[in-house]
Order: sequence, then C-alpha cells, then structure tokens
Amino acid sequence: MGHVLLIEDEPNIAEAIRFILSRDGWHVTIYPEGAGALEAVRCVAPDIVILDAMLPGQSGFDILTRMRADPDMADLPVLMLTARGQHRDREAAEKAGVSRFMTKPFSNAEILEQVRLLVPQ
Amino acid sequence: MPFNLLVLSCVSYVIFLFLVAFIAERRAAAGKVRWLRSPLVYTLSLSIYCTAWTFYGAVGSAAASGLEFMTIYMGPTLVFVGWWGLLRKLVRIGRQQRVTSIADLISSRYGKSNLLGVAVTLISVVAATPYIALQLQSVVLSFGVFASEDREGTALWVAIGLALFTVLFGTRNLDANERHTGVVTAIAVEAVVKLVAALAVGVFVVWGIAGGPADILGRIQAADRPEWALEPARWAGLTFASAAAVICLPRMFQVLVVENSDEKHLATAGWAFPLYLLGMSVFVIPIAVVGLEMLPDGNPDLFVLTIPLEAGRGDLAMLAFLGGFSSATSMVIVAAIALATMLSNHIVMPIWLGLMRPAVSGDVRRVVLLSRRLSIAGVLALGYAYFRLSGGGAALASIGLISFVGVAQVLPALVGGLFWRGATRIGAAMGLALGTAVWIYTLFLPSFGAISPDGFGIDWLRPHALFGTEGMDPLLHALFWSLLLNIAGFCVGSILSFPSPMERLQGAAFVGVFDTAPGPSGWSGGAPEAEDLLVMAQRILGEETALTLFLTEARAQGRAGYLPDPTPAFLERLERRLAGAVGAATAHAMIFQVAGRAAVTVADLMAVADEAAQIMEYSARLESQRQELTRTAAALRDANAKLTRLAEQKDAFLGQISHELRTPMTSILAFSEILMGDVAPEDARRQAGIIHAEAIRLTRLLDDLLDLSVLESGQVQLHISDVRLRAVLDRALAAAEHVRPRHDLTVFRDSGAEALVLRTDPDRLAQVFINLIANARKYCDAAEPQLRIVVRAQDAGVTVDFIDNGRGIPRPAQATIFEKFARLDESGQAGTGLGLAICREVMANLGGTIAYLPGQGGAAFRVWLPL
Repeated sequence: MGHVLLIEDEPNIAEAIRFILSRDGWHVTIYPEGAGALEAVRCVAPDIVILDAMLPGQSGFDILTRMRADPDMADLPVLMLTARGQHRDREAAEKAGVSRFMTKPFSNAEILEQVRLLVPQ
Repeated sequence: MPFNLLVLSCVSYVIFLFLVAFIAERRAAAGKVRWLRSPLVYTLSLSIYCTAWTFYGAVGSAAASGLEFMTIYMGPTLVFVGWWGLLRKLVRIGRQQRVTSIADLISSRYGKSNLLGVAVTLISVVAATPYIALQLQSVVLSFGVFASEDREGTALWVAIGLALFTVLFGTRNLDANERHTGVVTAIAVEAVVKLVAALAVGVFVVWGIAGGPADILGRIQAADRPEWALEPARWAGLTFASAAAVICLPRMFQVLVVENSDEKHLATAGWAFPLYLLGMSVFVIPIAVVGLEMLPDGNPDLFVLTIPLEAGRGDLAMLAFLGGFSSATSMVIVAAIALATMLSNHIVMPIWLGLMRPAVSGDVRRVVLLSRRLSIAGVLALGYAYFRLSGGGAALASIGLISFVGVAQVLPALVGGLFWRGATRIGAAMGLALGTAVWIYTLFLPSFGAISPDGFGIDWLRPHALFGTEGMDPLLHALFWSLLLNIAGFCVGSILSFPSPMERLQGAAFVGVFDTAPGPSGWSGGAPEAEDLLVMAQRILGEETALTLFLTEARAQGRAGYLPDPTPAFLERLERRLAGAVGAATAHAMIFQVAGRAAVTVADLMAVADEAAQIMEYSARLESQRQELTRTAAALRDANAKLTRLAEQKDAFLGQISHELRTPMTSILAFSEILMGDVAPEDARRQAGIIHAEAIRLTRLLDDLLDLSVLESGQVQLHISDVRLRAVLDRALAAAEHVRPRHDLTVFRDSGAEALVLRTDPDRLAQVFINLIANARKYCDAAEPQLRIVVRAQDAGVTVDFIDNGRGIPRPAQATIFEKFARLDESGQAGTGLGLAICREVMANLGGTIAYLPGQGGAAFRVWLPL
C-alpha cells in the first residue's frame, strides 16, 4: 500500500480520514497547516496528497500551484477537499492542476475510492 | 346698358343707403326711434338671411334640382314658428348679459372662457370668408350681364365701398351699446328692395311672359325633369342645416339678438319673417321653368336678370339687379360687423391688452374702435382675397351650404348651454374641436380639392366615407359625422369635467333666464337683501366672522341689529372680504348677482358658496394628508435602506455560517459512517445510522440555505451554453433516481419536442428539474404514480410542464408553495422546505419563470424559459 500525506488543519477531520485510510492499509502522515506544507511534501515524498483548500498560513490553491511548478511534484496526484463546493473553488482548483476535487462533507467510501483510483496499485 | 350708367346707378343707390343710414342715426341720436325700432324694421333686418346666393342662386338651384332650394327657407321657418321659445331665450340672455356676438355668448355661458370665444370666432371667420367671396362674385356676374367691359376691378371697388360703409356706420358709436340703428335701417330698406324686385320679376314672368298661374303650372308639369325628384335624406339634412344656420350664423345672431331692441319684436318676426321668406321664394320655380324654356343655354343663376333683358324690359332688369346688389351688400355689411366685433373682442383686444399691459390708459375705447375698423377691413380683404384666389368659378356655388354646416358646429354648445346646467367649458371645447375638425376634413378642404379623396390610404379615413360610410351625399355625410362627434364630445366632456364656480353661475343664469323678471342689472338698480348677503357671507367666512362684520358695518351706519344698508361702500368691503376666501371673480359675481337681483337665485348662490367652502376644506385636508405622506415616505425610505443593509449582512453571514457548520458536519458524518461499520455492536450501528442520516439532512439544509442566499443576492454565476433540453431532462431524471428509489414512478416524455436546443445554464436548469421530479417521486400518492413531462415551444419561449397523477396541491396552499419552508406534508418526508423557493430563484436568474399549474388533475408545475 502507498503513502498518503494529508494536509488538514481540522484535527477531527484529519483523524477520521486517517482512520478510514489506515484501515484500508494506507500509511498516513498528517501535516496540520499551510505554512511549510510544500517542504513537508518534499520530505515525505508521498504517493498522494490530500489537500484542504482552507488552511492557516497558506491556502491549498497556492500550495498546489507551487507543487505543479516544481518538476519533482508536477505529476503527484492531489485530492483536494473544500467546505465551499462552489463553482469558483472548483475552477480555481482545476486551474491550479488538481487531480480530484471533493466537497466536505464527503462519504468515507467515496474518499477511499478516489484515493484508490489516483494511486496506481 | 353702358357700364358707366350701371356704375352711376349703383353709386346713386349706395349714396341713397348712406343717406338713409345717416338720417336714421341722426333721428336715433335725437331720441326719435319709435319707427326705427319697430317690429317691422326688426323683421326686415332679419332678411339678410336671403343673400345674393338665395336671390340669384335659388332660381339656379331650382333649375338644377327642383324644389330642393325650399329647404333653405324651411329651416328658418321651422325655427321661427316651431322653436320660437329658443329665440326668445336667446334674446333675453343677449340683453341680460349684454352679449355682443355669438362668440361672446358662448364664451360668457362657459365661465367667460376666452378660449371658446376665440374658437367660435375662428370657425365663423373660416365659414364666412368664402360666403363673402360669393357675394362679391354675384355682384361681378350681374355686372357682366349688363356690360362686358372691365370686370376685373368691379369686385375690388365693391369690397372697398362696402368696407367704407361698414366702417362708417358699423363703428360710429363710441357707446358700448352694440346697436347700429343706421345700418339696420339701411338694411331694412334693402330688404324691401329685394322683396319688391323678386316679386316684380316673378309677376312679370307669370303674367307678362307666361299666361298666368294656370299656364305656369302647366309648364311645370310639362317640364317633367327627372333630376327634380325629391331626396328625403337630403331634404331633412338641408332643412336641419339651415335651421341651425339661422341661429348660429354670426350675422343672423347680430340682427336677431344683438340689434334687437325689444323682446316683443320677436312675436311679430315669428310670423312675418317666414312670410317674407315665402315672398322671396314663391316665384322661384316659375322663373326657373320659363327661363329654361326661353334661354336653354343661359346661366340659370342669372335668370332673374336675363329673362327681363331678353324680354326687352331693361327697367325691370335694373330693379332685379338692385335687388341682387342689395342682397349681397346687406349680407356683407352685417357679416363684417359681426365678425369684426368677434375678432376685435376675442382676438385683437386680448393680444393688445397683453402687449400693452403696463401702459393701458383710462380710455381704451379708441383702441376698441380702431381694432374693430381694422377687423372690418380685414374681413372684407379676406373675402376679396378668397374671391381672387378661387378664381370666382363654380367652386363658389356650393359654398353656402358648406358654410351652413360649419357654423352649425356651434349649435350643440349653444343649445346645450341654454338648456343644460351641466354643460361645461371642457365639453363645449371638445365638441367644437371635434365637430370643426371633421367639418374641415370632410367638407371644407375637399371643397377646393385641398385634400386627396383616399384619406392618406387609410380606408376609414376617406373624407367622403368616414368610418366606411359609403354612398352618402358628401354634405349629409359631413353634417352627420361632424354633429354626431360634436354632440358626443360635448356630452362626454361635460359629464366628465367639473364646472368652475363661474361656469355654474353663468350656467344657472343662462338656463334659468326666465326664472326672474327682466330688469336692469346694475349696482344702482335693485336694493339687495342684506339678509341674503349675510346668509351667503356666513357660508363663506364662517358664522362668527360674518356676523361680526355685519354688526360692525351696521353700527357704523348707525343702525340697530345685524343688518346694515347695502350701500355701495359696504358692498365693496364685503366683496373684498369674500375675495380673500373664494377669489375675486367669484366674489364679484356673487355680490353682483345678489345685489343686482339678476337671474341667479339665492339658492344657486348658496350652492356655489357651499361648494367653495367644501373645496377649501378639502384642499386643507389634502395639504395635511400630503405632509403626512411625505413623512411616511421618508420613514419608508429609512426602513428600506436598513433592510437593504440587513439583507447584505444576512447574505455574508449565511455564507460564513454555512462554511463554519460544514466543518464539524464533515467529522460527524465521517465518524458516524465509521461507527455504522462492523466495528460496533448492532444497536450502536443502527443508532450511528440515524446520526448519519440526520447529519446528511442537516448538511443538505445548509447547502440549500447557502444556495438560496447566493441566488437571492443576485450574485450567482451562470455558466451559459447551448444544450439540448432532452439532455438536461435525462440528467435530472438520473439524478432524481436515488429519491425514494423503492417507488416506481412511470415517466412519460415527448422526445420529439425535447430535441429543442436551449441557451441556458444546464446545471441550474437541471437543478430545477431534479427538484420537480424528486417532488413527484416523494409526494405523488397515486397507486401507480405517473409523471408526464410535456414540452411545448411557443413563439418566444418554451414551456416544460411536470404533471403527476397524485392528489395535487390544495388551492389555498398553491399561493405559498414557492415560499421558504412552505412544506405541505406532515408525514415527516425528508426535505428541507427550500426546494421550490430555490427553483423560483434559479428560474428568475435564468430569465424564466416557474408556476403552479392548477386544474391538471395532479400536482403540476410549469417551467417557462425564453428562447
């Protein structure tokens, strides 16, 4: 199974996602803020990043844009979560180069399915 | 006969008339008026009705269409015999109100409105100008019978001569009295000459040329002309027109009312004038028949002259010539006086006073005389100009009747004003304007080809077939439509408008003119009842104020009690006080009427006073209401601004709260879903399921609230693209599948109509469709639920109806189902209560509508989108 980096500032949501994915056999690392998130991705070198859109320090869209600008991370699968399921957010995420976009609240089965899809087994 | 001799006899005749007029003026100035103001002179002066048009033209008309010329005499005869009361009323009002012309009468009746005076003046001038030209033409033609030389200058010299005579005798009086004894006497003499000439020629024709009455009757029988057949419609129409003309023609009004010196003269005129007309007309047919036999190629209009000449009776022809000359001159003179009075009083003087306002000196009388003289010259110049411009041809022949119909437009306002108190200025103006416009369009302009007969290509506007009335005689057609619209405008305008106090006063004075005895109506004349004045003053000033005023006045006069003597000084003071309350004109009219004991009864005045008081009270109330409204409007503006601010805050708040609530919901949902898994015992799993379901419902409510707040704020971003309606419906049906999936809802669609391509936001439209389909799935309670989706393209849009076969929505609820949280079901169905509210907002954002469609059996919604 692969390695998931979860960048999420809400500890309860982070815990829920961690539980769901761990139960399925994924290794999950949680990073709780925007600032330094890019370095965390570089250090951890995960198979997939789950990225919250609203983060303290730096927004998920900025982080994603920078990742795509870096040749090392340009192709890394990124699943983005947002509590504002509006068109504007979806467009911003797609423009930044997101792999999958999901709105909170999500269903557990759904998030699991998306992660499985994004990471080639 | 040499031309010079003819001129000489004409000039001699005119000098003779000058002398008659001069002597009559002298005798009148000396107070010897008994004979001059006799009923006989009055009756003879009325004979200006018989112009050259009738003197010569009656024979011509008889030659062409038989007895039809009689209608011109029958109209006046009917009025004088049958409606003598109207004439008496006119004369009485004319004397009481010191009316100077028919324009003045109309203006005076409708609250002294100068606008109406101007209107009547203009109609009269337009109608009379061709008529005056006709008289000039007749003189020129009759000259031509005697001498072929120099016909060019004749009309001009006649016009100048007539202007001179009219100015000399028509504007001699510096007195305000409008009677012209000299002119009237001269006209009476001319009337005698006319009658004698007509009778002399007639007698000569019957007994001199033919062999007496029996022979003439035989010849009439033998003539047997088919064009002499009677046309009943034309007869009735012409009789009516001439009856109207004898009342409304300015010159007839002049001799009938203005120049009348004694009301009793009407009694004589009532039988004598019709007799005069009979005398003028009795030999017309014999002359026409004999003329047609003797001179088959001659102009029938001139038979009166040519038959005696042909028979070698130059003297008789000369008499006939003078008769025709008299007819023409008397008409022109009186018409010029009447028109000049109207022009001067209603047009020239108001303009002059307007221009000279700061410099008006005490004596305006010289200006009045000057303006009147200029007006006379102007009227004759107009007539002469028309004669020259029209070429003096056959176009003039029908002018007489056209003129009659024109002046008949004054009739409704005149007769209505005499008999109907409710007639108002607005009504009179509307009637006059409509009638005159129709007359000008259908008769006057077409008479000299100034308008094309096809009515600008609009079928119902053709001047001789207005509103599609084909086949009518043009004259009758114009008479019918102009008077119909005139009367309609007059009645409607009068009923819909409210008369001013002045109009009411004048209306009462005119309609009720016989209610009081005739008498002088000046300040000095009657002793007003102080008590009447007090009662009236109380109504206007209030009881206490009026009583105090009268008491003070009575004390000052040294009288006991509340009633002072109505001295001029007191009346003046009282008028000033009243003027402060009701306006100067009304106050003056009121005092004048009470003090003068004129036609208005005290009861009438009370009505006016009450009305004024009511109006004042009403306007005070209006003012306070207006202020209150202003205050309310300001308060509403404040409240609205506050609401707008609150709405903006609410939108921002909802957006924020939706996000803040979503985060914990996410955890709750995630963990409850985990607990629903097999890690927990059975009961805990079931309860976690409930938590999960409720959390989903709560989330949906949050979504809807957020969506609604965005839609209502108008900040929604639309993603417009071209999309097939079928695709949107497919998507919506698929998306609605999960709603109560155990229910089998049969959906009927119309794939043909669904091929339509729309330009809209597909997601938003699908959102609406999903809502409607989901509602059908949830609420359709039929045993075999069905949903019909009916698509219909209309010219500007497309309607998509969603009709199920359930119970439908009860009528009282239909009005509120699009409101927020207006859920009907008490059955605990899952739903936020915002679905239809969102649908309505989405459709509004898409430029369409959604509405409940009642009467379809089940619940039915119609979505409409523009194409």
